[in-house]
Amino acid sequence: MQTAIPATTPVAQEASLPLRFKIRKLNFFYGPKQALYDIDLDVPTNRVTALIGPSGCGKSTFLRNLNRMQETIRDTRLEGEILLDGQNILALDVVKLRKRVGMVFQRPNPFPKSIFDNVAYGLRINGYKGSLSDLVEKSLRRAALWDEVKDKLSHSAYALSGGQQQRLCIARALAVDPEVLLLDEPCSALDPVTTAKIEELLFQLKDSCTMVIVTHNMQQAARASDFTAFLLDGRLIERSVTSELFTTPKDPRTEAYITGRFG
Amino acid sequence: MSIRTIWRKSLNVVMLSLTGACAAVTVSVLLFILGYLAWDGASSVNWDFFTQLPKPVGDVGGGMANAIVGSGKLLLLASLVGMPIGLLAGVYLAEFGGKTFPFIVRYTTDLLNGVPSIVIGIFAYAVVVVPMKHFSTLAGGFALGVMMIPIAVRSTEEFLRAVPTNLREGAMALGASKWKTVATVIVPAAFQGILTGLLLDVARVAGETAPLLFTAFGNRFWSPGWNQPIASLPVMIYTYAISPYEDWHRQAWAAGLVLLALVLVINVVSRVVMARRAAFLRG
Repeated sequence: MQTAIPATTPVAQEASLPLRFKIRKLNFFYGPKQALYDIDLDVPTNRVTALIGPSGCGKSTFLRNLNRMQETIRDTRLEGEILLDGQNILALDVVKLRKRVGMVFQRPNPFPKSIFDNVAYGLRINGYKGSLSDLVEKSLRRAALWDEVKDKLSHSAYALSGGQQQRLCIARALAVDPEVLLLDEPCSALDPVTTAKIEELLFQLKDSCTMVIVTHNMQQAARASDFTAFLLDGRLIERSVTSELFTTPKDPRTEAYITGRFG
Repeated sequence: MSIRTIWRKSLNVVMLSLTGACAAVTVSVLLFILGYLAWDGASSVNWDFFTQLPKPVGDVGGGMANAIVGSGKLLLLASLVGMPIGLLAGVYLAEFGGKTFPFIVRYTTDLLNGVPSIVIGIFAYAVVVVPMKHFSTLAGGFALGVMMIPIAVRSTEEFLRAVPTNLREGAMALGASKWKTVATVIVPAAFQGILTGLLLDVARVAGETAPLLFTAFGNRFWSPGWNQPIASLPVMIYTYAISPYEDWHRQAWAAGLVLLALVLVINVVSRVVMARRAAFLRG
């Protein structure tokens, strides 16, 4: 089992990577209070982009805008552009958007249903007509959970451990085959061993899925991502190839954060 | 020991005794009722009671078969009226709506809950009996249904609110619309609680007498269909208990025992439902 997963994109190739998300001049407000200021960010396709920053800097707020989950909160306002493959996501049907852009939350949130029904949920509500059990198996394999649950698919999802529940949530999100997976501190409620398993999982998924991961754990960002963006007080301070950001940061605030002078 | 200490210790003992005594009184009231009913009613609960119609006034014997079936029909009708309205209104309050309208709904629901049952009976009389020009099962079922609504609304709302928000987010992040999330995740998650609330609601209206007095009225025979007056256990108890006949008094006790047993069975069933679901969730 690998314990350290190096970021792998060579610098020279970065400029030519296709972009899944282009975010331009993103401003976000909770009522009168502004939470995000003028954020411009590129998210390359089939790579892992990490968002780091101190608590309250707006990382989760930013992430949740990418699949329009912030709309579920009252009295919020979004200004600016978020383009998914060139299309403004506000112009897309939100249900279709969320099929393409899935999300895994900080605390595992399986439904009070069986393991099978959890994974099949997205398929069922989207009217998938084919063989559910094949797709459920495929998703559970992609989430590295199949071997542990294949004999108890009809058991309650709540019977699983925390790490297994989180992998179940990943399988559930993967079942609808999203192009993007947003992960909001997915390992913060888990122990180091399980965290390593999930990081390895992300590494394997990268080829078929663009990922944006919010983490307060800098070592995790350094281990698991290709690109890292540093946010502070709602502003994007710096964004580069992960290895560069952590070894030669350009902004003094980035350096202060990653060396632990605050955060 | 100082005076303060003596005072403090005595106060402790007095309060403990007082609160303990009140708790004991509460329990003993229930035990007293059960005991009385069992003592006076058990001997009269026999096969005849469940299968025979009431005998003519003055004759000994007969049973309350029509009242048992009647209560069943009335409760069925009441559930058809009260449960859907209560359930959906509860869903609305918990999941949709802003500030003003839900506030008004909750307030009026609580007011409706406090309306005396006989007033609900008068309401049903005016709305159903007068236009139809006769008493009927429909009128009785309607009255009981109206009584079921407030509890169904509030209990559904409570159980839906108890479902954690992250389940809603999980479903919406998979592309479920608000309504689909509610119907396929939230309501099923709260289902056992909601079902228990509804069952207990039925148990509560099972014993209501006043609204039936001038809606279902009563019937000494079978009541086919839904258009005729119908007998019910509570009204039978009332009629028999104030009569001068010893035999009828016995039967009234028996009816009381049967009614209580019905309520008890509903309570037990709802606990079983809750327990089985909890067991499934624990894995």
